[in-house]
Amino acid sequence: MKIHIKNGRLIDPKNHLDRKADLFIAAGKVASIGEPPQGFNASHEIDANGLVVCPGLVDLSARLREPGYEYRATLESEMEAAIAGGITSLACPPDTDPPLDEPGLVEMLKYRARSLNQAHVFPVGALTQGLLGENLTEMAELSDAGCVAFSHAEKPLDNALVMMRAMQYAATFDLPVWLRAQDASLSRIGVAHEGEIATRLGLPGIPACAETIALSKILRLAEETGARIHICRISSSEGAEMIRQAKKQGLPVTCDVSANHIHLSDRDIGFFDSNCHLVPPLRSLRDRDALKRGLKDGTIDAVCSDHTPVDDDAKLLPFAEAEAGATGLELLLPLVLKWAEESKVPLIDALSRVTSRPADVLGIESGSLSPGAAADLCIFAPDAYWKIEPKSLKSQGKNTPFLGLEMKGRVRYTLVGGYVVYRANPS
Amino acid sequence: MELPQTRDILEKLAKDIRADLTGDTILVGIHTGGAWLAEELHRMLGLSTPLGMLDISFYRDDFERIGLHPEVKPSDISFDVDGADILLVDDVLFTGRTVRAAVNEIFDYGRPARIRLAVLVDRGGRELPIEARFTGIKLDLGEHRMIDLLRNDTGELELRLRPGN
Amino acid sequence: MQRQLNKNGELQHLLTIEGLSAAMLHHILDTAESFVGVTEREVKKVPLLRGKAIFNLFFEPSTRTRTTFEIAAKRLSADVINLNISASSQSKGETLLDTVNNLSAMHADMFIVRHAQSGAAHLIANHVAPEIHVINAGDGRHAHPTQALLDMYTIRHFKRDFHELKVAIIGDIMHSRVARSQIHALTTLGVPEVRVIAPRTLLPKGVEHLGVHPYHDMSKGLKDVDVLLMLRLQNERMQGALLPSAQEYFKYYGLTPEKLALAKPDAIVMHPGPMNRGIEIDSAVADGPQSVILPQVTFGIAVRMAVMSILAGS
Repeated sequence: MKIHIKNGRLIDPKNHLDRKADLFIAAGKVASIGEPPQGFNASHEIDANGLVVCPGLVDLSARLREPGYEYRATLESEMEAAIAGGITSLACPPDTDPPLDEPGLVEMLKYRARSLNQAHVFPVGALTQGLLGENLTEMAELSDAGCVAFSHAEKPLDNALVMMRAMQYAATFDLPVWLRAQDASLSRIGVAHEGEIATRLGLPGIPACAETIALSKILRLAEETGARIHICRISSSEGAEMIRQAKKQGLPVTCDVSANHIHLSDRDIGFFDSNCHLVPPLRSLRDRDALKRGLKDGTIDAVCSDHTPVDDDAKLLPFAEAEAGATGLELLLPLVLKWAEESKVPLIDALSRVTSRPADVLGIESGSLSPGAAADLCIFAPDAYWKIEPKSLKSQGKNTPFLGLEMKGRVRYTLVGGYVVYRANPS
Repeated sequence: MELPQTRDILEKLAKDIRADLTGDTILVGIHTGGAWLAEELHRMLGLSTPLGMLDISFYRDDFERIGLHPEVKPSDISFDVDGADILLVDDVLFTGRTVRAAVNEIFDYGRPARIRLAVLVDRGGRELPIEARFTGIKLDLGEHRMIDLLRNDTGELELRLRPGN
Repeated sequence: MQRQLNKNGELQHLLTIEGLSAAMLHHILDTAESFVGVTEREVKKVPLLRGKAIFNLFFEPSTRTRTTFEIAAKRLSADVINLNISASSQSKGETLLDTVNNLSAMHADMFIVRHAQSGAAHLIANHVAPEIHVINAGDGRHAHPTQALLDMYTIRHFKRDFHELKVAIIGDIMHSRVARSQIHALTTLGVPEVRVIAPRTLLPKGVEHLGVHPYHDMSKGLKDVDVLLMLRLQNERMQGALLPSAQEYFKYYGLTPEKLALAKPDAIVMHPGPMNRGIEIDSAVADGPQSVILPQVTFGIAVRMAVMSILAGS
């Protein structure tokens, strides 16, 4: 299939490209930019006039709820949501049921995902068996089965010895370790950022030091073991500053933030809006602003959707009892565009946080429009508004703090491997 | 329509009551106009018996439609109601519903020997079988005019007509 | 966001003191004053809520609070249905909103809700039909508005004016819904100085943003105080990582006659009950001349009658 994408604004952060040009696709790859390759005969044309053509988005954290939580969402529904959000590669955390701690489970997930012919799924394997924080998993085998990294998801890993051994073992095979920095004992009963708002609402708090204490442990152990570390969903101002310092010292550490956390703070909880019950908790306005700055100056490498579909039954409960999480795949692009506009970040830099930079964290080839690269593309209307409401979302998770808001940035086409896998209904 | 002087109506009412007064008649005014009137009559008649006050907000039959009155005042019945000879006082007698509520409330304080009713104005329009024993004046106002009792800064009472809704 | 007021500015639900105007609080207290008279009569009952069905929905056991609401509702001639929904029946799969929807179908007019989770009353208020009223009878650590209102009634009764007072709230502020509602009520009614006195483990972070001055030392915190609001210390807090022992707590934070002598000579002492004698309060103080703990209970009925009738009439 040969596709000619005409008149679009091509933005490719990896190659510092931002100009109006045509793009030619052949054999599932980017064939050329500007002029067609010799003898190119398009079998399909896309008029991208007024649209942005960029690499497909790379999402570092999306829960697809398989295996184990199919009543919340299925691979089919969530993969539909991913391509509707322009996401062509996504990493899924290991906290499925059972956790991704055996090669068979990983192979099954990869197989199921591949058979849908949509976005590429990159499983993150469990760092310890059953995510219980005791025994290491067969990381080398899991890596062969397709795991790109190893993490402990949201499960506590407070035993420093186990953490150190896990890092040493992962470093042996040069496997990256992804960790969320949160001290379990300081956050066990908490459901909201410890501060004025939690105090006013009478919600048990999670102090910011739950993050910094865990983070300092992780960073020191990383230094000790030489493991490649990625910090998932940083949430506090102090935490971001520690990453900044670690990077300055040359530690091989990267970091992401959830798209929710660069826009929201604990104030958005209002009177117990359980859609704002998230993990990590929404912190203060000061923290949120520090995360925005950290993202802008590169301390934070990537924005992820932290997609966690939760059904109504689990959300229509008192705040603390409601399950944490929000749908996010279809909101990632609009939320990044909103951040770019508010923080005066050029579009090309903003898009790097959801394309080339997370692709580097994942260690995958996608995330660029280089000739010869896989034709994974997102074509979107940057100024088109749409309303976030249950019926406008493909994900089975309909809960998000942004419900009811109008957002700018609507995906028109998503291409994976040179095939149009998503095309918006003309509205 | 020309109203007679309020003072003249008051004098007439006081005269009628005085003729029928027993030594232990106790005046109970209904908040707000009836309470002013009861105070004034108490003074004019030179009574030494206690003076009661009722706020019938908790006994109204239109709570369902209009809710609780925004300025509820405590009722003040500081005498023993059992066996008392009560003269209930209100400014204007219209449908009779206020008086019904007041009688109900009195019975929640005890069992009086007798309750009689005195009003400054009887404007007709009764919806309940209630009549006043003493009446200052009877007026036919029709449906669309209202009459209120006002009290000025010097404590003087005055009836005022106004268009209704 | 849940609005407690309807579009006419009347109280639709009572979920929290936060956000209510001083005028609204005084209106409730004034109405309660009228009901105090009713409760002293031969017949302690008015026909105001005749035919109304009021459901006491207690997801957390509390005989005492439930009883005061029950008496208040009965004195307004309402029909009261008590439901104690234990955690076990909840775990059988019926959600909080299932329970509420079922009861709504039985033509409930009002729900009095007590729940161990902060925000439970808001959740219910957000999901009931518009003609149903919800009163928060305590949600987690968040709010207990009728308790705070009866405390304000008691303070107004004994001190008349709020604008010259120093008030201290003493004890487990961290876990107390009563303290949070008292703080909002006192600051709204114009009390110029509200203090909270507790060891650091029992003071929540950022409490000063609620408009109070934190103290850790009773001898400083009680100086020149007009009103002492004692809080109950739950048994499970008396040992472990929050406090070393009940004995040490009593020694440093228990209200004894000696400590009370630091406050103004005419200071009043209040407690929401039930009291832990010898832990947060000495019997000599609880039963002493400055204690107004029993009047609090009496006023509590009238305040709850006032709240119910104002809601039912809106």
